[in-house]
Amino acid sequence: MSKQASLVIGVDVGGTFTDVFCLDEATGRASIAKVPSVRGDQATGFLAGIRAEVDDLGRVATIVHGTTVGTNALLERKGARTGLITTAGFRDVLEMRRRDRPTTWGLWGQFVPIIPRDLRLEVAERTLADGTIRTAVDLDGVRAAAATLLAAGCEAVALVFINAYANPANEQAAAAALRAVWPTPHVSVSTDILPEIREFERTSTTALNAYLQPPVGSYLTQLTTRLGASGFAGEVLIVQSNGGVTTVPTASAVPVRTALSGPAAGVIACAEIARAAGFPNVITCDMGGTSFDVSLIADGVAAEAPQTAIDFGLVVRSPMIEITTIGAGGGSIARVDRGGLLQIGPESAGSDPGPVAYGRGNDRPTVTDANLVLGRINAERPIGGALTRLDVEAAERAIARHVGEPLGLSPAEAAAAIVRVANARMAGAIRLISIERGHDPKRFLALAFGGGGSLHIGALVTEVGLAGALVPRFPGVTSALGCVLADMRQDHVHTINRLVGQVDFAALSASTAALIADKQAALDRAGVAFAGRRVEVSADLSYLGQTHTVATPLPWQPDQPLTQAGVEAAFASAYRTAYGRVLEGLAVRLLNLRIAVIGVRPKLDLAVLAPAPVAGRTPQLGERRLFVAGSYRTVPVLDRAALPVGALVEGPAILEQSDTTIVVEAAHTARVDPFGNLIMTARA
Amino acid sequence: MTPVAPLDDLDPVTLAVLQGRLEQIADEMDATLFRSAFNPIIAEAHDASHGLYDARTGDTLVQGKSGLPVFVGAMAFAVRAVIDTHQRDGTTPQPGDVHIFNDPYDGGTHLSDFKLVRPYFRDGALFCWLASVGHWHDVGGAVPGNYNPAATECFQEGMVIPPVRLIAAGVLNGDIIRILQANSRLPGSLYGDLNGQLNALDLGVRRLDDLLDHYGPALVRRAMDRLRLRAATLMRDSIEALPDGTEHVADYLDNDGIQDQPLTIRLAVTVAGDRLTLDFTGTDAACLGPVNIARSTAIAACYVALKHLFPDVPANAGVLDPVEILIPETSFLSVRAPKPVGGYTETILRVIDAVFVAMARFAPERATACAYGTINALSLAGHRADGSRFVMFSFFGGGHGGHPKGDGLNHGNAPISMATIPPLEILEAAYPVMATEWALRPDSGGDGRHRGGLGAIYEFELLAERADLFLFGERARHAPPGVLGGQPGALNRFTWTDAGVVKTPPMASKLVGASLNRGDRVRLETPGGGGFGPPDQREPSARAEDQRLGYVSHAQ
Repeated sequence: MSKQASLVIGVDVGGTFTDVFCLDEATGRASIAKVPSVRGDQATGFLAGIRAEVDDLGRVATIVHGTTVGTNALLERKGARTGLITTAGFRDVLEMRRRDRPTTWGLWGQFVPIIPRDLRLEVAERTLADGTIRTAVDLDGVRAAAATLLAAGCEAVALVFINAYANPANEQAAAAALRAVWPTPHVSVSTDILPEIREFERTSTTALNAYLQPPVGSYLTQLTTRLGASGFAGEVLIVQSNGGVTTVPTASAVPVRTALSGPAAGVIACAEIARAAGFPNVITCDMGGTSFDVSLIADGVAAEAPQTAIDFGLVVRSPMIEITTIGAGGGSIARVDRGGLLQIGPESAGSDPGPVAYGRGNDRPTVTDANLVLGRINAERPIGGALTRLDVEAAERAIARHVGEPLGLSPAEAAAAIVRVANARMAGAIRLISIERGHDPKRFLALAFGGGGSLHIGALVTEVGLAGALVPRFPGVTSALGCVLADMRQDHVHTINRLVGQVDFAALSASTAALIADKQAALDRAGVAFAGRRVEVSADLSYLGQTHTVATPLPWQPDQPLTQAGVEAAFASAYRTAYGRVLEGLAVRLLNLRIAVIGVRPKLDLAVLAPAPVAGRTPQLGERRLFVAGSYRTVPVLDRAALPVGALVEGPAILEQSDTTIVVEAAHTARVDPFGNLIMTARA
Repeated sequence: MTPVAPLDDLDPVTLAVLQGRLEQIADEMDATLFRSAFNPIIAEAHDASHGLYDARTGDTLVQGKSGLPVFVGAMAFAVRAVIDTHQRDGTTPQPGDVHIFNDPYDGGTHLSDFKLVRPYFRDGALFCWLASVGHWHDVGGAVPGNYNPAATECFQEGMVIPPVRLIAAGVLNGDIIRILQANSRLPGSLYGDLNGQLNALDLGVRRLDDLLDHYGPALVRRAMDRLRLRAATLMRDSIEALPDGTEHVADYLDNDGIQDQPLTIRLAVTVAGDRLTLDFTGTDAACLGPVNIARSTAIAACYVALKHLFPDVPANAGVLDPVEILIPETSFLSVRAPKPVGGYTETILRVIDAVFVAMARFAPERATACAYGTINALSLAGHRADGSRFVMFSFFGGGHGGHPKGDGLNHGNAPISMATIPPLEILEAAYPVMATEWALRPDSGGDGRHRGGLGAIYEFELLAERADLFLFGERARHAPPGVLGGQPGALNRFTWTDAGVVKTPPMASKLVGASLNRGDRVRLETPGGGGFGPPDQREPSARAEDQRLGYVSHAQ
């Protein structure tokens, strides 16, 4: 690395745009770029994005990447041809799922497993639940199965044995035999990826990992090769779904942990922006073309989920930032159903053909069309630059025909109704993750990121009863910023499944310390400078007889072993927080132990994002007719970038910037804080 | 499109907003109980439900989406039973009351399902009812877990509690809890579940308070009426789109567990304009064993069947407004105490199948062939090496029916439920058993243009010294029918080994207390779904795929 290498670059490659956030650590200067993604070739868009900011890649020390290659491969079913080798009697676990169905009402569910039945092979072996080996593994059988799968054209293979979480000996012996004959590194072994009880979740996660290894691995190899050829000599890091970054080799080996890479980076950035701005409690709101994603950050920490389903039956179990998605985005289609009720989505026009106003063939009105008709979006200045203007008249005609006429409303009233129902659905998602989890909305701000959130966020504040809203300086490139801010994480989980009274805590503490040392060594090998390190030890605990566990942080001290009393006290505290009371006298069960070793990366001073005073630049851009409370009124349109720190804007007003449009509702006042954020609160 | 009639001062936009808010309250009550319940039948299998009910009639206003579908119809009868109790006793509901009961004859379903019903007051007047129902792990009776195929009276199935006030005007009567606990093999689990249900009701009250503070009770009340009207209108429109006429179908239960003879359900479905009639005249009389159901349960089953066929109609009482359901009072679909009803799940699945087959002839584009049609409640009870008692109790899956869009889902849950199955690793960790097979069952899906989904094979070996085996199933003699020319799925098959000798139950699908010893195996081969459309219309490529994947083992 040359001495001039002072740039840290975050790159988030989404479906439509590649966002770049560039920080010069030497000068403290930050800049952003947004370039179109290249469909099917993320590496090209990636390089174009960096080139938009930096001529000489030799000046770049670190590139941190949020990627959707894995997510897209899953959603589009474009992973590798993959085989599964498993215990005799259990090859259908992947296809049988947990005996569920996609919808409560209607029995037309379908499920196609990512590994077809003829590529799922069985070998003789059996481990019991207590770890006893009942049948030793037939290694010749493993080699024969590998040969069959290779002959069938498999590029990747997953290995999952029943009860391997309790004793991995059979599975690891089979893994060694398999790796010896498998010609690629694309071998996924369940006890390496998720040594946790529950065979379907473990099989699904391992199978999806194998399925993603070839596409993600080849993408990352291509990317690093091309970066190297362009003169880049620094580190490439990848953001994982849990918001921590990891190295390219790890991401290539365990790509399933990157399934929600980009969105997780966005939430990490939101947490940091909100913390710096003095608001540790926020709900992030990301509105895209087809969906609305929300996450909750309480006391500066993003809520985590133990697993997610990418689609029906495609379960990934791995700790990740909890992102709740509903099908209400800018492209969601509005219609009046047979019973006369206005419905928004789940059908979406997406970004292609997109809203009616895009003029690309869709003639059914979307939420974006409604925002346009109401004057909330500037028809002459579409975000992103692919179009030169939006067709307001076409949007109005579509709204009149599909919504206005059936409901007896004028086109503007109908558009307002569309936005109101869309807001109600988004508010429902916010209630789900806040009120339903016991959080008081009055303590939270809504934080808009992505291109569309800022149009709706003011209304959501009123609808849910939030304290206010925060729009970051660059909401359109939040995920790229998150890449630069994210810490490095090494995670481990394993199943214990014993009563707390039966656990040998001295032995458990010793093995935990050894695992932590391993993870610390992995951080050392990454070649990344850290500002500090943090170790988190937690457990999934429940009362004996309950099936749902409570994630409980444990009081881990390097020189102090865990104790039964300490674990029980931690559980009582976590249980009380979750349910309001503890149950005396019941035995406590320790299901899983979790370890996270975190390398804290140097923090960026977010004040670099604040707008520099620009001499002679006036914020006033003009005026626009905005539909407010039943009629159009003329409201000011301001250039957000020209608003200095401390500026106050009374609603109703519209703020425009290159990556988003912000509506300050009539009931709100907005001010620019020292970091360049816009804080909107109820008018005093 | 013609304009919809104006809704006085309640505009359609506010209505859409309020619909979402009300549904969210019921969903959140469901989630609260699922998370805090002790018993896996509620916590994992979601055998519970919550909703809001009409102050005067008890009719369903709003129901949670995540609870057990069959409760959606049955809960209205539970609330009605509390209203009737007040009328009979000359009492009136008071703020802070909670009634508790499990009487299945008025409240629907079976004794395992405990209903808690609470009046909701606003400005001194009864605004609506809130109710919670959950399947408790053990409510006494002869068989642990309460699936007793040999019961001839409800008293052998468990304790029977009529609607009584657990909480009177905010004062808890702890005596009732002690009586309940004394009658259960699992009093701790019972106590935990009961508290979870009370928490869910408390939460419903808080959320309704917030909603009414914001919108006002009058507006919310009108929205509830409008939502019912909307469901009724959608249902009428759906019925009117069907051709007029009458279709007759019959389906059968294997036996009642006591006498080995089939029980017939006869159904005549008539479409006349925008009215639908489901007439069960000709159905067999009440039987000795526990496959009888109460009238309220039969109506709930019809509701579930229609909701599956018309999933876009909102889940409230309006669905049944244009539907007439005729059930002979002497039939086994309309029994009173003390007839046993513990196996109600099997009977309502058969009622749903009959409705599916008949309705397919009116609406091929909405048709669904029959799903596997039995819950296969299996109970394995004994003692571990350390002397501690275990009861492994679970329901098993099977195939869904073929439909216009494609083949049926392999290994789904029953149409009456959204339950998931416990992982076999969890079962092995908790009980002295080892699964020897957990697989799809080839050749079990009914042939057709769109094949039925596959059933499953589950086989367990006993690792303990000995255990007693119970099964409550069906469809071992009468397979799940296909529709519109589709073939039936495979029969249910249950076997176990006794020192290497394979045995089958004398009642085919029901077994009481067979004895297993270490090394003996239990094997369930569950039905697949029925096929949709004639087999000769199946694409050759789909047949080749079935062969390649081993869904079908032989050339057709």
